Amino acid sequence: MKETLQSKTIILKNETETEAFGLMLAQNAEPGDVIGLVGDLGTGKTALSKYIARGLGVTETVSSPTFNIVKEYSSGRLPLYHFDVYRLSDGEELLDIGGDEFFDGDGLCIVEWADIVLSVMPEDAILIRIEYTDNDGERMLTIC
Amino acid sequence: MLNGKHITLGIESSCDETAIGIVANGREMLANVISSQIDIHTEYGGVVPEIASRKHLENINAVIDKALEEAGCTIDDVDLIGVAYGPGLVGALLIGVAAAKAIAYAKDIPLVGVNHMHGHIAANYIEHLELEPPFMGLVVSGGHTNIINVKEYNTCEKLGGTRDDAAGEAFDKVARVIGLGYPGGPKVDKAAKSGNKDAVAFKRVYLENGSYDFSFSGLKTQALNYINTERQTGREINVNDLAASFQEAVVEVLVNKAVGAALEFGQKRIVMAGGVSSNSRLRELITEEAAKHGIEICVPSPILCTDNGVMIACSAYYAHLKGESSGYDMDAVPGLEF
Repeated sequence: MKETLQSKTIILKNETETEAFGLMLAQNAEPGDVIGLVGDLGTGKTALSKYIARGLGVTETVSSPTFNIVKEYSSGRLPLYHFDVYRLSDGEELLDIGGDEFFDGDGLCIVEWADIVLSVMPEDAILIRIEYTDNDGERMLTIC
Repeated sequence: MLNGKHITLGIESSCDETAIGIVANGREMLANVISSQIDIHTEYGGVVPEIASRKHLENINAVIDKALEEAGCTIDDVDLIGVAYGPGLVGALLIGVAAAKAIAYAKDIPLVGVNHMHGHIAANYIEHLELEPPFMGLVVSGGHTNIINVKEYNTCEKLGGTRDDAAGEAFDKVARVIGLGYPGGPKVDKAAKSGNKDAVAFKRVYLENGSYDFSFSGLKTQALNYINTERQTGREINVNDLAASFQEAVVEVLVNKAVGAALEFGQKRIVMAGGVSSNSRLRELITEEAAKHGIEICVPSPILCTDNGVMIACSAYYAHLKGESSGYDMDAVPGLEF
């Protein structure tokens, strides 16, 4: 999927645009793809993840995986492995729980707080940084 | 058997804690050992959150030994093994499941896989010896927020759950946003005691009419927006007021939905479980609201609110009485539903 996304900055003005962006990511996702989301609390990492899941056709409720570190969803076009490494302190701990085994797997991995585990993220992972802007409800996304 | 009583050993390793509980005749607690309470880490160096299965593996035998010692019995006295097989983190669950199978096989005793969430509810059977189903359950923890219609032992219908953040997670994250630190639940609870719950207007999110689902993720953004606005206008932020107002927004929704569910389904009791049920304001408000409708509230003591092995043992005992058992092919199910 990485080839289809150039390194760039995108402004999402509201939730509807976030939804469209999430659906687009899902449409292009292939087995083994890894998307890392980076951004402060409340920037909408889980919200974007929910839209990606919907785009894959996941029918279960996609709730925050913070407590369980990873939640799996199998009802979509591809299996979805939704990570949240907020509670981990570094990449080694992700390897300890077998996180890397999911990366080369049969599905799409989304990793929230990917900056914490940057050392073990695959080289071809898509990193998306989400930031607030001065406009209410608007987000700036930087993709690299 | 020990002194003529049936002995169940329960294993819990679904997330951070390796925990073992031993009960006699299902409800009498003989031992409750949680790895974070004992000094295992000196042997291995460093206190590391037991997210990794490696940590559970290092802990589990020591925790079993300690529990048997506390209960005053040996592994030969154990009649039944219960183990939480989901929901949770797969690597963590697997250690408990493997240990349970090994003991059941070696000692040739029955094995029962327990739903971790049923376990949380069963914690109340230990605390309140007269409690029997049916009742309405409110399970609120760092990872779960559920309203459960409990029909009989281990038979429940989930009426609603969180669509984003769990209640306990909201406490942890908002505590971080307002600078109270970890663990968020107790810190917010304490700060809120000297704060004004009406100082900051947090939205009460009830979702669609009649829904028993929850959504708490917007509260983080609201707290952040409030802090930013106050800073821009140069006003000092009153952390206690902010904590009290946030807490009230969570608690009010939990209470109204739980009491509403009890009324709709004609339940005379609401049984609470999970770490967040230790929150003092939640206990106060739910008791107050339930009393208006003649509904009784049951809450386990804090040590039984958090993840523990006793609740797993109790749940396993009642499953065993119903004739349920698991084979050696039992697998961990990280996404297990009710």
